[in-house]
Amino acid sequence: MRKWLVEPELKVERDPERCIQCQVCVRQCANDVHEYDPEDDNVTSNSDSCVGCHRCATLCPTGAIRIHQSQLEFRPHANWTAFAMRSIYRQAEDGGVLLSGMGNDRPYRNLWDRMVLNASQVTNPSIDPLREPMELTTFLGGKPDRVELGGSGTALKTELSAQLELNVPVVFSAMSYGSISLNASVALARAAQKAGTFANTGEGGLHKAIYPYADNMIVQVASGRFGVDAEYLNRAAAVEIKIGQGAKPGIGGHLPGEKVDGAVSETRMIPEGTDALSPAPHHDIYSIEDLRQLVFALKETTRYEKPVFVKIAAVHNVAAIASGCVRAGADAVALDGFRGGTGAAPTMIRDNVGIPIELALAAVDARLRHEGIRNRASILVAGGFRSSADVVKAVALGADAVYIGTAALVAMGCHVCQKCYTGKCNWGIATQDPYLTKRLNPEVAARRLQNLLRGWGLEIKEMLGGMGVNAIESLRGNREHLRGVGMTDIELKGLGIKPAGVGA
Amino acid sequence: MATKAEHIARDEKEMSGCAISGIMSEAGHRFSGEDIIRSIGSMKERSSGLGGGFAAYGIYPQYADEYAFHVMYDHESGREHAGKCLKELCEIVHRETIPTRPMEKIRSRPMLHRYFLHLKEHVFEQFYDETEEDIIVRLVMHINQNVDGAFVMCSGKNMGVFKGVGYPEDIGRFFMLDEYEAWTWLAHGRFPTNTTGWWGGAHPFGLLDWAVVHNGEISSYGINRRYLENFGYRCTLHTDTEVIAYLVDLLMRKHELPLEVMSRVLAPPFWSQIERMDAAEAKLARTLRIVYGGALLNGPFSIVVGHAGGMFGLNDRTKLRPMVAARKDDRFLISSEEAGIRTVCESPDRVWHAEGGVPVVGSLKKTEASGADVEEKAVA
Repeated sequence: MRKWLVEPELKVERDPERCIQCQVCVRQCANDVHEYDPEDDNVTSNSDSCVGCHRCATLCPTGAIRIHQSQLEFRPHANWTAFAMRSIYRQAEDGGVLLSGMGNDRPYRNLWDRMVLNASQVTNPSIDPLREPMELTTFLGGKPDRVELGGSGTALKTELSAQLELNVPVVFSAMSYGSISLNASVALARAAQKAGTFANTGEGGLHKAIYPYADNMIVQVASGRFGVDAEYLNRAAAVEIKIGQGAKPGIGGHLPGEKVDGAVSETRMIPEGTDALSPAPHHDIYSIEDLRQLVFALKETTRYEKPVFVKIAAVHNVAAIASGCVRAGADAVALDGFRGGTGAAPTMIRDNVGIPIELALAAVDARLRHEGIRNRASILVAGGFRSSADVVKAVALGADAVYIGTAALVAMGCHVCQKCYTGKCNWGIATQDPYLTKRLNPEVAARRLQNLLRGWGLEIKEMLGGMGVNAIESLRGNREHLRGVGMTDIELKGLGIKPAGVGA
Repeated sequence: MATKAEHIARDEKEMSGCAISGIMSEAGHRFSGEDIIRSIGSMKERSSGLGGGFAAYGIYPQYADEYAFHVMYDHESGREHAGKCLKELCEIVHRETIPTRPMEKIRSRPMLHRYFLHLKEHVFEQFYDETEEDIIVRLVMHINQNVDGAFVMCSGKNMGVFKGVGYPEDIGRFFMLDEYEAWTWLAHGRFPTNTTGWWGGAHPFGLLDWAVVHNGEISSYGINRRYLENFGYRCTLHTDTEVIAYLVDLLMRKHELPLEVMSRVLAPPFWSQIERMDAAEAKLARTLRIVYGGALLNGPFSIVVGHAGGMFGLNDRTKLRPMVAARKDDRFLISSEEAGIRTVCESPDRVWHAEGGVPVVGSLKKTEASGADVEEKAVA
């Protein structure tokens, strides 16, 4: 093998005293890091191809394997960082576009971590969710400005448009079958159904194995239109037009032909083995009025029985764009921030295009309210949500619900090694290799996802109760319950919140 | 005494515990303010001397068809500026200082004036797509937001709000309310946890015919305020009471929801309760919650709202604040504590604790003066 100009980033260490040559690591690693030599009855490791997914270390029965950051360090240089130099070495080698999986991993300031929540003391009782009702029920969809009563007394005249009812304000984000395995897709769908929420198909189409969960599925119409027909639209609970994605605003999805096996081919309605390349724009949407036509084409197709969402990446002008989407008839706008995950994105785009979801959400919610159209559409936010606290803060900033992608994958076992695009996911999630996909038991994975939602739900209730709020709609957009710690004035202003230490 | 400018500049929400009380004659008999002063005075433990106030309906029969503006001024230039605003849009039929009685405990006070007025003809042409009430609201909001040193306490017809910094019973006697006669009286005593001691910050909060007295702290304030902005209301006073008054105005006047329906917006049933309702009722309750989520008042509150047709009381949906109602002949009474009722009505026919989320309602049947059905007149 030719020697690279760069040392591996990770070092696999094997404790010979612990290793029993059982070869679990050899069988588990799709990257061929571990090798068994029958002559010496010895297992050795080659750090060069390790991606840091920890599959071997996690499954090693004797705990013999440890994976560390490589000890070989470049001389310190604030500009010529290891990341910058390694990137250049790699590109000088093959002349290609640097690829990454998952979301932006650069150390941008995370404003969720600089926001803190309120709690009641004396003047207002906190509420104990173990003893008193605490309501998380959330409805996604357009709402009229008012309710009209007609005829006699309190007979209802207003008929609401279609709404999605959520038991917990967390929805599984768009992850296509193809980018993730069928087992992972089924696990997400089943967990959504059991937990009373929804999962998004991404642009992977709707595999027959997902049909039983179709009432809890949001189906996506992306620029490649993979898997889209009238039946696909009508089976689902809601339809989402994907304009952009936080991990790669401005470009379309890319599924390498290696991942397009028979079942993926059938579900996406494309030939087997071909790359599924979504165009950067929708070629029938070159303007806001074109979007409106697609929104209503989808509504006509589904007889106005399904809410139509529009998903956009959070970019500089996001507030005006979101306002346009609402005016174009979207029942919900999904905003995907620059930490949003992906199966594959050019690293430079993933790490440098788009804006943080915190600021995008604050701007969109404020803008829609200012224009008096906030009622007309729900806001979903996506892009790096890690915990129930992030969800609560997002709701307080103005979100109706939060999309989680990476967090759901992590619940299924993902270790965020960022190599989803290689198709060699040792956890059986981002791969179509049957040897690997069978590692993910959909029932077990669904239960883990359900557990995650349950845990977050309990935590959200505790936080609401502390704030003296017993219905989540009283927190939605209620920025009085947020304070900033260590933020600049501009950040505080952008978020529309006060600094800690300032009263109500 | 703090000025309006100092108060607004703080940008801090007022928090307070309180006593509230309301007494009305459903038959429309007018009676002196003595009872309401004694009622609110009996709950002195619930006030801290940092704010008290009253609302009275039916007190200006001689100007019954004119809007009665009670305005407080911090300084003369505020009076001049606000006077200009009023004169521009309104025909002022009568103007006077609000009579007061010297009280040892009320030392520092703003200038207090009242105007009886109606809109000039040309105003209707200028704001041709707005109702008369909308224009009055616009005028009040303009003065309260933009005119330094001026604050409009109330803007309804044949009613008035009297309030200031002090114990409510002292404020009542300062304004000589024992010498007024009204068919509905509301009172409030404040126990603020933070205050600038601004007279305008006392309750009741008045807008058009509405007067609201409130006890509690609304944990949904932040979203209620932003929700109202969606409909053009600008909340400048940093009080829950202001927000409640605007919500009542939006839901009942603009969205024309009946009281029982509006109560289900402000203090809605739980989803688990809605599941147990019959289909039609459940559909209404569900639709209201979905559409009006931003208007839900969360956290503890008890309120009494006065209006031309009577008054009603409402508790939060889990009843985290006390509120007692009673009836005796044509009298309908609401009070934070039963003491506030028994002090002025020894043997009521019926006394009950208001249920959470269920309004207690007093409706004016006839007025003494006209004998006309007031509700009908209000509609006309």
